[in-house]
Amino acid sequence: MARAVSNKTKTINTVIAGTLGVLMFFPILWIIILSFKTEEDAVRAPLEVLFQSGWTTDNFSTVQARSDYFRHFSNSVIISLGSTLLGLVVAIPAAWSMAFVPARRTKDVLMWMLSTKMMPPVGVLVPIYLIFRDTGLLDSRVGLTVVLMLINLPIIIWMLYTYFREIPGEILEAARMDGAGLKEEILYVLTPMAVPGIASTILLNIILAWNEAFWTLNLTAANAAPLTAFIASYSSPEGLFYAKLSAASIMAIAPILIMGWFSQKQLVRGLTFGAVK
Amino acid sequence: MATKASRAAARMMISPAVILLFAWMIVPLGMTLYFSVLRYNLLTPGANPFVGWENYYWFLTDPSFSAAMVNTLVLVGGVLLITVIGGILFALLLDRPMFGQGVIRIMVIAPFFVMPTVSALVWKNMFMNPVNGIFGRIATGLGFQPVDFFGQIPLASIIIIVAWQWLPFATLILLTALQSLDQEQLEAAEMDGANWTSRFWYIMLPHLARAITVVILIQTIFLLSVFAEILVTTNGGPGTASTTVTYLVYVSSLLQYDVGIGSAGGVVAVILANIVAIFLMRMIGKNLDA
Repeated sequence: MARAVSNKTKTINTVIAGTLGVLMFFPILWIIILSFKTEEDAVRAPLEVLFQSGWTTDNFSTVQARSDYFRHFSNSVIISLGSTLLGLVVAIPAAWSMAFVPARRTKDVLMWMLSTKMMPPVGVLVPIYLIFRDTGLLDSRVGLTVVLMLINLPIIIWMLYTYFREIPGEILEAARMDGAGLKEEILYVLTPMAVPGIASTILLNIILAWNEAFWTLNLTAANAAPLTAFIASYSSPEGLFYAKLSAASIMAIAPILIMGWFSQKQLVRGLTFGAVK
Repeated sequence: MATKASRAAARMMISPAVILLFAWMIVPLGMTLYFSVLRYNLLTPGANPFVGWENYYWFLTDPSFSAAMVNTLVLVGGVLLITVIGGILFALLLDRPMFGQGVIRIMVIAPFFVMPTVSALVWKNMFMNPVNGIFGRIATGLGFQPVDFFGQIPLASIIIIVAWQWLPFATLILLTALQSLDQEQLEAAEMDGANWTSRFWYIMLPHLARAITVVILIQTIFLLSVFAEILVTTNGGPGTASTTVTYLVYVSSLLQYDVGIGSAGGVVAVILANIVAIFLMRMIGKNLDA
């Protein structure tokens, strides 16, 4: 039973929580504002920036001209989409079989897969770097796609597994009784029921791959550099650059910020491996 | 019922994933172990003789290592402290009835979706820059000497940035856990005369205990690998003031080209992470049975 809450209490709660929300969001809000200012205005006192300066959209084209945003953007898209889809191809069959044909060792296999995610990347940085250097994969989109697929594979399998396990097995048995083969079973019965779970998995993994900043920084130079590296190139300032840095930052995070808003629930499930629902 | 044929099919479907992950884990890790006992520097080509524990000896007795260990512990501990306590407060606040809850929640959670390089650079320049940063301006405006964040308190500055990124994660998970709490239980306690403090201590906190543990363990795994935030702000400096174990391994292997010592450091990092991982795995494993 929900209790009736007076509007006064609700207003007080809203003010307190709203203040906190604005404080947390402020850095993002601030770069949105600065990205529409000229460089001279962007370094003025905050109140002057807000009330005594004009607006401009020049920064976005400057950033594109200075550091080729679109090439980095397309690298990010290719790498994050590619690694997610590649991961799905490997993970869907694995998660399907563990959820519906559990064997004695299924739990051990799942836990072992999870344990590979616990390995810190620096533990394998040197060999991966050397292998990539010797095979020409350094600074290639293919190499990065494969690495990101592998580091996110345990999360993809786990997420799919927790979703698949919620699909009642009886429906699959009924389909089998009606003469559906394995192919029909997966294609016509399982897939439609699993689509929401698969969609959530795709969403979360694109976010994780998009923001991954260890391998993307260490394994790329110019050709395959995604947006994480594009932003890192702004770490050595050249004159006034706040407005350009803000515009570049907004361009790098906007797609994921929007996707992230739709994926709050999936985030909890995916990153806690089903331990909190 | 699973038939023999479907079991065989199941094994076939799972094998690509198992083989890939096994290769991904064993091949590079084996190479790291192997390199860690060789004298192997990319700048001095030629034979890479076996030197046994020498690299470990150099890595572990290097004064940078003890500094890096302390820094890693302070970084992980500091961020955990801020995010867990802050996360509980935020979750309790957001769980109360209010107007526009969805919008407020989105604002709180948004920082988690900002890529590490962006948040580090934005904090470094727009907030922590002693001249043009907002904090510096506020300090000057109030008549104080502005703090040179990355010169005077580099590690604390990085802790602030990383905590800003992870506070939304803790909040989101604790809020999810809080919302699964049985409201009737709380109301019953209230009717029996329990005040808010005792309801919090005896009902809410025990209910959150599991979620808090999960937050701590998962964040620790990620925080041990914090890298980009250090790379674009302080480069581990001044001196070794903000060098962590992860960053030290990066410096040894990719900046000083010492594959041997870098690999030894990598092995040390794996061992450290595994100590945490064992606890995490045990918790998640228990959940699988339920």
